Amino acid sequence: MQPLRRIASRTVVIASSDIDTDQIIPARFLTTTGKEGLGQQLFADWRYHADGSPQREFVLNRPEAQGAEILVAGRNFGCGSSREHAPWALLDYGFRAVISTEIADIFRGNSLKNGLLPIVVDERTSQWLLHHPGAELDIDLESERLTLPTGASIRFPIEPFARHCLLNGLDELGYLRSKLADIERFEAARVEAARVEAAHVEAAHAKAPV
Amino acid sequence: MTASTLFDKVWSAHEVVAESPDTPAVLYIDLHLIHEVTTPQAFSMLRRHGLPVRRPDRTLATMDHSTPTQSAQVFGSVPIKVDAAARQVRQMEENAAAFGIELFGMRDARRGIVHIIGPELGQTQPGMTIVCGDSHTSTHGAFGALAFGIGTTEVGHVFATQALLQRKPKSLAVNIEGRLQPGVTAKDLILAIIGQIGVSGGTGYVLEYRGSTVRALSMDERMTVCNMSIEAGARAGMIAPDEVTFEYLKGRPRAPQGRDWDSAVARWRTLVSDPAARFDASVDVHAERIEPMITYGTNPGMVVPIGAAIPDKKGDEVFDKAMRYMGFRGGEPMLGKPVNVVFIGSCTNGRLEDLQAAARILKGRKVAQGVHLLIVPGSQHIKQQAEASGLAEIFKAAGADWRESGCSMCLGMNGDTVAAGQYSISTSNRNFEGRQGKGARTLLVSPLTAAASAVIGRVADPRELL
Repeated sequence: MQPLRRIASRTVVIASSDIDTDQIIPARFLTTTGKEGLGQQLFADWRYHADGSPQREFVLNRPEAQGAEILVAGRNFGCGSSREHAPWALLDYGFRAVISTEIADIFRGNSLKNGLLPIVVDERTSQWLLHHPGAELDIDLESERLTLPTGASIRFPIEPFARHCLLNGLDELGYLRSKLADIERFEAARVEAARVEAAHVEAAHAKAPV
Repeated sequence: MTASTLFDKVWSAHEVVAESPDTPAVLYIDLHLIHEVTTPQAFSMLRRHGLPVRRPDRTLATMDHSTPTQSAQVFGSVPIKVDAAARQVRQMEENAAAFGIELFGMRDARRGIVHIIGPELGQTQPGMTIVCGDSHTSTHGAFGALAFGIGTTEVGHVFATQALLQRKPKSLAVNIEGRLQPGVTAKDLILAIIGQIGVSGGTGYVLEYRGSTVRALSMDERMTVCNMSIEAGARAGMIAPDEVTFEYLKGRPRAPQGRDWDSAVARWRTLVSDPAARFDASVDVHAERIEPMITYGTNPGMVVPIGAAIPDKKGDEVFDKAMRYMGFRGGEPMLGKPVNVVFIGSCTNGRLEDLQAAARILKGRKVAQGVHLLIVPGSQHIKQQAEASGLAEIFKAAGADWRESGCSMCLGMNGDTVAAGQYSISTSNRNFEGRQGKGARTLLVSPLTAAASAVIGRVADPRELL
């Protein structure tokens, strides 16, 4: 994975709250067995008419959205299905960060593992962002700070381990595999505990009158 | 020793490495359930790294999401209609064979929706950690397991290590007291809870459903409740195991047998929240006040009692958008709303008791003209039970379309879809825009309300037909 330190980009605003992962990418596109090209289907039902032609009013079809890397959305972004196709589609389209007052648990975890930054901000900052589409933002992951064009600087929390992995371009699996010896010890201890328990039960049964 | 919650106990029993400020915990996973949709990219990752599935014996595969429910496509010579779905099914077969994973394939009598077959086999057990690349994994929490949905990257992590990196969530006690009224089901209960706490009220929490109402629920009902925890934003919902749980599990093919059973039950009895245990938050629910519930909007929190009107929240952006999509207006009553399709099934309401409930209404009655009633059992085993016990005959006599098991119309990626603009009265879990097909309009209800609405041909109160 590429290290992620800074994102400087314009925003695209989709002000709706409770945007679920079925909107981000509808289930009928989940029959894919890869990750590539999902950006084409990002927000498909909002973005295209039934005949496949673009829905002109939808923000991603407007010229000002082209090239923007930051998506600003209403509260509770990414709720619903656990499909990792949602962050894959956002990344494939070109987004690198999502900003909301609240981001659903599974989507947040999936995003961090793929290098899409889930940024949670306070209500006031969110309102400013929602009302200023196209604002040029500067996101610095190292200091966990988001700077608005007004000069205001807002701190956003990112889980420290995920942040470390993103800053250094590390895959979390490498760390997890470094714990394999611990995992093996844990398994062995459980097998032993089960053996002891079975022996106790056996002894209790042997003593019990028939 | 400090008092702990059920969740604390299961969590700490699986902590391989405790969390620190800098690193998440390494959490051991007892059971990894997999299906065809969220695994292909994880298997590709294993191939890229040259890694095996570390514990195939703790991994169980089925096919449910993209599988057809038409008998001719499952058993006959008719190919799967959706090409990409057929490819995904083939790839699941190839991956399971290549990595030594047990798979309940297309024609296996044990196949079914992943969250239905685990409990059915007795493979889902109290105190386990269970994960699956599917958000409704929360279902298994009904047994006192810590069960939650994961993404495909995490599926790969579990394949490679049988563990996950996790921060410990907070705990939320959902205290439910009082008797459910006649005609009010577990589905109505969980819809009412979601209406009460909101679709993100559970974000960051593991829920524990507690209280006299919960103790009185059957396992099928408890699974319905835990299933929809994610619709309140919670990755997991748990219920402490009790006699009802043990009775359900006893004798199931993969439950402990003989003396192992006795020691397992003794161990499972300790899986309760200690009386002095502290939860991070709590909410009280009054069960006797709950009525049959129905959603009117585009998320499960937009829900009202069936006899009520849609609240008028004109001016609220989410509400207005939902009303435009649904073709409804604030202030309109829900009773009498149009019905085109009725879907009874899914991991929420596709179990035998759900089918029995639907049959109570459908017995001796006919589906209203112009309504398509689709009934899809949650597993092949349930299908066989429903056929053996005469339920299927009741459904067919009523004019219902009786199918093979699968996720079917819950998410419309397998050929079963609702057409744009049509109203679907559905026992599934999500009424999101387009969930059952592009432009489809979903109203979530219990199996009783679904069956009653199919008979009347309009949204109906099931209590009038009981």
